[in-house]
Amino acid sequence: MASFILTQEKVNAVHKLIDDKLIRAGVKKVMIIDEAGNIITECGHDPAITDPTALAALTAANFGATAQIARLIGEEDFTLLFHKGENSSMYFLRLDEELIMLSIFSDEVSLGLIRCRADELLAPVKSILKNGTV
Amino acid sequence: MALIDLGKREIHCKIVYYGPGRCGKTTNLIYIHHAMIPKARGKMVTIDTKGDRTLFFDLLPLHLGSVQDFDIRIQLYTVPGQIMYEATRKLVLKGVDGIVFVADPLQVRRQRNKDSLAGLSNNLAELGVKLSEIPIVLQYNKRDLTESEIPTLSVSELSSDLNSELQAPEFTASATLGEGVFESLRAISKLTVHQVAEKNRLLE
Repeated sequence: MASFILTQEKVNAVHKLIDDKLIRAGVKKVMIIDEAGNIITECGHDPAITDPTALAALTAANFGATAQIARLIGEEDFTLLFHKGENSSMYFLRLDEELIMLSIFSDEVSLGLIRCRADELLAPVKSILKNGTV
Repeated sequence: MALIDLGKREIHCKIVYYGPGRCGKTTNLIYIHHAMIPKARGKMVTIDTKGDRTLFFDLLPLHLGSVQDFDIRIQLYTVPGQIMYEATRKLVLKGVDGIVFVADPLQVRRQRNKDSLAGLSNNLAELGVKLSEIPIVLQYNKRDLTESEIPTLSVSELSSDLNSELQAPEFTASATLGEGVFESLRAISKLTVHQVAEKNRLLE
């Protein structure tokens, strides 16, 4: 199985995009993880998140489990998930077959905005992480 | 799929403890969690049922020090052993870099060990990985039971059943007592990190 190689240049480029599109829009934290549950990179800060490693592992498992649910209704996969909390909510977007982006935001930020901005990030973030360029 | 962060000089690997139900996979992780200093380990995450069996997986992140300027970070996972959770086992195996196969020595579970190893091979194949190409160690657990009246398999019987083709490093263990737990972990960590580093030409 191939390894995922992350360079500082890739991290900086992805952080800039995420900062511009999501963190400045009020999202507390954005994490990009892989399907094995590794944290590829993370931006922003949410003091409520004390164990990002567990969050990444459970998110990967959650995505895997919902993919199985999708197959039970004749779908290949669900490409996005949304979990609504009282104070914080989570939006998960599959970037490709290996990468998942999760955004954690308060109820002051609209889900519609997150969805639009996350969709805009999908292609460039994927391209930077896979190829090193947009 | 190992993650190599060149900026932070970190190598992240995923090691999965695999084996039939009730063979002691979670017990291995619990022992490691209790025995390691808090600085070297993260929080253990467990998703189990009320009946004490693993429902989805257990996770224990470890920091194993550094090798040639790279920090080695390992995530230990277990799979649920019960037969009906095949789909879950496949999910947990995604991106695996190394495997500890934990075998149960009870005579009555002889076939379950073989079935579980065959299941592992099939699940890996579906993920595009050959069992013969991934680092693996075999752990013959519950050796403390050999002194009881419960009929158990000998190490040579287990080895003949499970390791005649693989020829992987094998360890005897009593996970409840901690015997053999760190020997197995050390061996699989070394093999896994070595393979990841070699594939990516990271270490001299």
